Order: sequence, then C-alpha cells, then structure tokens
Amino acid sequence: MADKIKIAQYWGAGCGGCDVALLDIDAKILDVHAIAEVVFWPIGFDGKLREIEEMPDKSITVSFYNGAIRNSENEHVAKVLREKSTVMIAFGSCACFGGTPGLANVTNRAEVFQTVYKNTVSTDNPDFVTPQTHLRVPEGELELPEFYDNVKTLDDIVDVDYFMPGCPPTVNLIALAVDAVAKHVTEGADLPPKGVVIASDKTLCDECDRERVEKDRNIERIYQAYEIRADPEKCLLDQGIICIGPATRAGCGSMCPKANMPCRGCMGPTKAVMDHGGSMLSALSSLLNITDSESKLSEEQIMELMMQVKDPLGTFYAFTLPKSLLKRTVTEKRKRKG
Amino acid sequence: MSSTAPDEISESNVGDESFEPKIIVFCCNWCSYAGADLAGVSRLQMPPHFRVIRVMCSARVDPEFVLRAFQKGADGVLVAGCHPADCHYIGGNYRTRRRIALLRILLQQFGFDPGRLKLEWISAGEGEKFQKTIIEFTNTVNELGPSPIRGGD
Repeated sequence: MADKIKIAQYWGAGCGGCDVALLDIDAKILDVHAIAEVVFWPIGFDGKLREIEEMPDKSITVSFYNGAIRNSENEHVAKVLREKSTVMIAFGSCACFGGTPGLANVTNRAEVFQTVYKNTVSTDNPDFVTPQTHLRVPEGELELPEFYDNVKTLDDIVDVDYFMPGCPPTVNLIALAVDAVAKHVTEGADLPPKGVVIASDKTLCDECDRERVEKDRNIERIYQAYEIRADPEKCLLDQGIICIGPATRAGCGSMCPKANMPCRGCMGPTKAVMDHGGSMLSALSSLLNITDSESKLSEEQIMELMMQVKDPLGTFYAFTLPKSLLKRTVTEKRKRKG
Repeated sequence: MSSTAPDEISESNVGDESFEPKIIVFCCNWCSYAGADLAGVSRLQMPPHFRVIRVMCSARVDPEFVLRAFQKGADGVLVAGCHPADCHYIGGNYRTRRRIALLRILLQQFGFDPGRLKLEWISAGEGEKFQKTIIEFTNTVNELGPSPIRGGD
C-alpha cells in the first residue's frame, strides 16, 4: 500500500456525472486501484477536507476536479487540491469551460436568490430569507459558502495542468489519461506537456461518419432537433438541424451524431478558436441557402431568416459561456430614445 | 492605435459631454476602404472617434472579431462592405449580413443594445455615405453612452 500514489476527485458546481464517469472505465478501474489510493472523493468516501489540508504539499499525484466554481467552497477546495497535488486535471466541461452551470452567467446572485427563495410557486418564504455566509445562533456560529455572482472555470482560479472536456469525459479519454499517469508512475514515462487538452485537435466533423454534401452546401430552413425525424446517414447540419460539430473539438467518438442527435458542443472549441459560440455562429450563418434573388432581400427578411435560430446564446454557448470572450451578460445603463 | 486605454473613459462619463466613444470600423478592401479613403481625400468632416481596420472582405470579419472588440471595451462596431451584388468575391457580403444579423440577436441576449453593432454597404465612390454613416453611428453610440462592459467586473 505504501507505494501507491495518491489521487483525489472533487466536485464543484457539477451534477455528479463526472464522478460516475470515472467508474465507467470498467475493468480499467483495477489498473487505477493497482497503482493508486483515493485519498479524497466526497461522492465516494467519507474523506475530510481537513485531512487533505494537513497533508504535505504535492503529496497527491493527481487531482481530478470536476464542476465549475460557483461558490467560495468550490474555490477553497480547488486551491487546497492545487497546493497538495502534482498534477491538476480539469475534469469535464464544467471545470474546463463552466459547462451547463455556466449558463447562470446570464443572470446573477440577486436574481437567482429571487427565483429560488421567493418566486417559485412552491416556495413559502414571506420574509425572503436567503442564505447567509455567517449566522450567530445560541449554539455558536454557522457558516455557509458564499454564492458568487459569476460562475468561473477551474483555470480562472488555479493553475491547471491538463484539461479533459466532455459532459462527461468519455471512457476512451479517461483511459488515455489513466494510461499516461500509470506509465509515468510504473515506468517513469514522461507526462504529456502541460496545458494539453486530453482529446483530439480536430473538429467533430472530422471524426463523424455521416455523409455530408461536399460542395455548395446550403440549407433551406433551420429545425430544432425535435421538429423533424433526422435521416440517420446524412449530415445533421445538411438537414437543417443545428449541430455544433463544426465548431467543437473531437475526441468523444461522435457519440451524439451516432445516436441521431446533434452535437451540443460539450467538448468545447478547438485550440484555434477563442470563442466557441462565435465560431458556430459563423459556420451556421454561412450554410443558409443563397439564391439568385439574394441581392433583393431586405435587411428585415435577413433578420427573419436568422430569427429561425432560437436562443443563439443558449445554443452556441451551451457549455462554454464562462470561457467565452464576453463571459457573462451585461446591462446597458441607458436605453436609446424611441 | 491603442493610445487610449479603455479604462480612461470611465463610468462617470455617462451622460457627460466629455464622453469620447471608441468605435471600431471594419472596412472591406475593395469598396468600403476605398470609400473611407475618398471621404478622407475629399476632406469630409466627421467625428474622429473611430478606428478603421481594413479586411479583404466584410466576410473576413469573423464574429470573434466583433465579440473581441466588445470584450476589449469598444462602444460600437461598424462593419462596412460592398453593396449586394457588388462583392469582389461574389457572395462574401451575403454571408456577412447573415452573420451580423445573428450576431445582433446574440449581442442583445448578452445584454448589449443591438444598435452598438451596425452593418452598412459603402461603395468605393460613396465617400459621402461613409461620412454620413460615421456621423450617424457616432451619434447613436453617443446616445447609448459607454459600453456596459466597462462597468463590469
């Protein structure tokens, strides 16, 4: 036992899917068990943060951090694990880009509290009591983590060594990471260079098997995935279904298109792109059919055409809002007259 | 180009006469840049708060460029290209206007007034239209005040 390396897995603002994904690697989990001892995994064992805080620095070999940074506790644990670990892996889309919780950046703390502790039909809270970070009661002082205005990503808070996108990261990618660490531990092989995204460098379209129109691609109309029954062989975009594949990193094995569902972009953008949503917006706009009468179309008609895309922010930034260029919504101070 | 840092125009300038908007103008090489040039050569007067970036085609303006301009604190972004049916690359401007239309919807969702992003067709002979566009757009941006991104965290 003494020779085993130590690993930790923590969940910030996530759903727990990433924790389960680590178990999804099937028999490979035995490889993990052979070389590693799990010292901290809140969803799996009764580990105490204090014990981790008391460990010497860098005594954990690998920490897998999943979930975004939503509150002060998420931030604190991220910092502790960073200090105690040699390798810090942002595990899953939430840790890498904010993920689904990151969409909360279209609102803020006050509005979230208003909805959750007041406006929902089932809430009975006449005094509008909201979570306090400190509360003195006869028995002593109670504490709750501070809920932040913004959802942040792991690398906004601490230095991250590797990124493993995916919602959750797929078995093949986890196996890749486990193998790399195992080789490093048992044979002394070098770890991949810092900052590497453990996935492909190509876009999803590159690994997708669907047939696509190669020349003069154009689509007449945009459909939501539920509106039509998709042809299982043809490119989903060619059928007018918004598939984020062209703007999204490959590596997941194109599982969603294989199941006849469009890609939603959980793997995030490729290295060359600064803004996942902007990249997809560009790709999609270029695909809409251009006819001979194009020059006669009015700006209103063009607007109507593009209005077919319902909720571009939610569609194009479904997983990457906190890592986008604008990061969150803003409020104009004045409105234009008229 | 970047002699004025975005922070120098602070929030306190809202409603202040001293607000000098920062406007980014993307001009296509073949029509609008020549139009801007003509406006300059003709010594047409216009507010000096804009910076022109020349691109080969208005369709070269990746939505990322616009988002990045706003991220960096631009108060307004103007994209100028060839008139429909006049594009040097035949159909670049058609792609542009789709992107800009969708981008305006997106920016509105991000909380920006969509008036901060404008698309205009300006040919090489339309120096006056360039002048008029700059004056009108500067007025719009003045009315809107500093970009909300500067007030953010």
